[in-house]
Amino acid sequence: MPYSEKVLDHYDHPKNVGSLDQTKSTVGTGLVSEPDWGDVMRLQIEINPATGVITDARFKTFGCGAAIAASSLTTEWIKGKTMDEALLLDNMDIVEELNLPPVKIHCSVLAENAIRAAINDYRKKNGLEALAFEEKVASYE
Amino acid sequence: MLKLPVYLDNNATTPCDPRVVEAMLPYFTETFGNAASRNHPFGWAAEEAVDYAREQVAKLVGAETKEIVFTSGATEADNLALKGVFESYASKGNHIITVATEHKAVLDTCKHLEKLGAAVTFLQVNHEGLIDLKELEAAITPKTILVSIMYANNETGVIYPIREISAITRRHGVLLMTDASQAVGKIPVDVNKDCVDIMAFSGHKMYGPKGVGALYIRRKSPRVKIAAQMDGGGHERGVRSGTLNVPGIVGLGKACEICRLEMDEEAKRLTILRDKLEKALLQMEQVYLNGAPGQRLPHVTNVSFKYVEGESLLMGFNKTIAVSSGSACTSASMEPSYVLKAMGVGDDLAHSSLRFGLGRFTTDEQIDYTIQAVNDTVNRLREISPLWEMFKDGIDLSSIEWAH
Repeated sequence: MPYSEKVLDHYDHPKNVGSLDQTKSTVGTGLVSEPDWGDVMRLQIEINPATGVITDARFKTFGCGAAIAASSLTTEWIKGKTMDEALLLDNMDIVEELNLPPVKIHCSVLAENAIRAAINDYRKKNGLEALAFEEKVASYE
Repeated sequence: MLKLPVYLDNNATTPCDPRVVEAMLPYFTETFGNAASRNHPFGWAAEEAVDYAREQVAKLVGAETKEIVFTSGATEADNLALKGVFESYASKGNHIITVATEHKAVLDTCKHLEKLGAAVTFLQVNHEGLIDLKELEAAITPKTILVSIMYANNETGVIYPIREISAITRRHGVLLMTDASQAVGKIPVDVNKDCVDIMAFSGHKMYGPKGVGALYIRRKSPRVKIAAQMDGGGHERGVRSGTLNVPGIVGLGKACEICRLEMDEEAKRLTILRDKLEKALLQMEQVYLNGAPGQRLPHVTNVSFKYVEGESLLMGFNKTIAVSSGSACTSASMEPSYVLKAMGVGDDLAHSSLRFGLGRFTTDEQIDYTIQAVNDTVNRLREISPLWEMFKDGIDLSSIEWAH
C-alpha cells in the first residue's frame, strides 16, 4: 500500500498517544471499531467545562497505518477547538490532508466517529443529552 | 555481514539462482530456435534443450519424461488439469473433492466448473489446517472423478499427508491431483512413491524463472486423460499448444537439477534458521503459531501477534524486511486470509498474522536482524494499541459493546 509522506510521518511519530483519566467528569472517551476491518480507535478528550474547549486529546489505535495516522492527525486538529468546532470536522478533510487512497477512507470515518463518541460520552457524564448523528458509512469504488 | 533488505517472502516468489540465469541466457540469443521447427539446426538445438530440461524436471519428481507437460506456471497447470479431467471423465461422473484452503488457482477453477455442471465438495480443515481423512473417504461417491489436494499450503507451510490420501483415492479408483508448487524442490516429492496421478508445480517458487511451470500427468496405472484447454499447434503431445518457452523451460530444468542436488542440505539449514526465528517470536507475549507445528515445510512460519494489526506491523520494517500478512489491509481483496479463517483463526488473529518464508539466500544475520525488528515494532505498536491496554488491564474484549 503506497502511503503519502504524511501518513508515514504520523506512523513513525504519532502525536498524542496515551490515555486520560476516564473517571474524571471532564474527560470524554470514544471507543469505536470498524468490525469489517478490525480497526479499533479510542479517542479521549479533556474539556474545559466553562468554555467547552478541548484542552487535551489522546488516542490509542489498533489498525493499519492509515488508521494510526488518521487518529494522530485528529488529536492534533481538535486540540484547542470547542466541541462544536470539532464536530464540524469531516472525514474527507482527513482523507485530503493525508492523501488516503479510496480503500482507506473507512479509517477517516473511524476518526470522525470517535470524536462524536467522545463528545457524547462527555455530555452523558455531565447530564446532557447525547447528540444524534447520521450514520456515516465508508464507501469506495 | 548483514545484507539488507531482507527477503522473507519466498512463498510468494524466489529470486532466480544465478546458475539458472546462466543456463538460460544462450537460449534468448544464440540458440533461439522454435523447438517445433523440425527441419533445421536452430529447431533441433531448441528441441534438444527442451528434452534435456524435461529429463531434469522428471528426475526431481520421479516421473517419466513423457509425463511432463510444460505450461506457463502452476496456475495454468491447475486450470488445465481440473478442466481437462472434468471434460475427459464426464462419462464417469462430475464430482470433484478439494479443500477450502487450496490456492485460488484450484478453488476458483472448481467454482468455475460448478457453473458448468460439476459438483464440488470443499473439505474443511481443523485448527491446524489439516483435513480429516475419514471425511475425505466418506465424501467419495461413484460419481467422483478427482480429488485435488495441495502438497503443502502456501500460507502456513502445512504439509498434507499425500501418501495417506493417495491410499484412499487408489482404494476407490479416483484420480489424485496435487498442486505441489510450494513443495517441489523444497522437500522430497516422488509421484510414484506418493501415488499421485496429476501434479502441478512452478519454476519461480524454486529459484527458477517466472512464467514457466509443469504439469505431471501419469501415463500408466492409471493412464490419465486430460483434454487440452488451448487449441493450436498441438505442442506437448497435444495437451498444451503454444510455442515452447525454451529459455524458461531450460531455467526450470536447471532449477530442478539444483534443487535435487542441494535440497537436503538446504532444508536442514533452513529448518535451523526457521526454528530460531519462530522460537524467538513465540517467546513474546500473546504470539501464536498458525498451522500444525510438526508437519510443515522447513522454511515457513506463520505467526499472529495479538493486539497488533498486520499492515501496521509490516510498515514498521518493510523498508528493510519483506514478509507478507494475512491482514485484510494488505490483500487485494481487502479480506483477511481465507486460509487462516478456514482454520478457525479469529479475525483478530488473522489480521495480526505474518508469514515468514525463508529461502536459499537467507542468512543467519538476517534472521537475527528480523527478530529484533519484529520485536521492536510489536512492542511499539502495542504501546499505542487500545486492545493491548485493555488486555493488560484484564478487560474481557468480548464483553465490550462497540460504538461504530
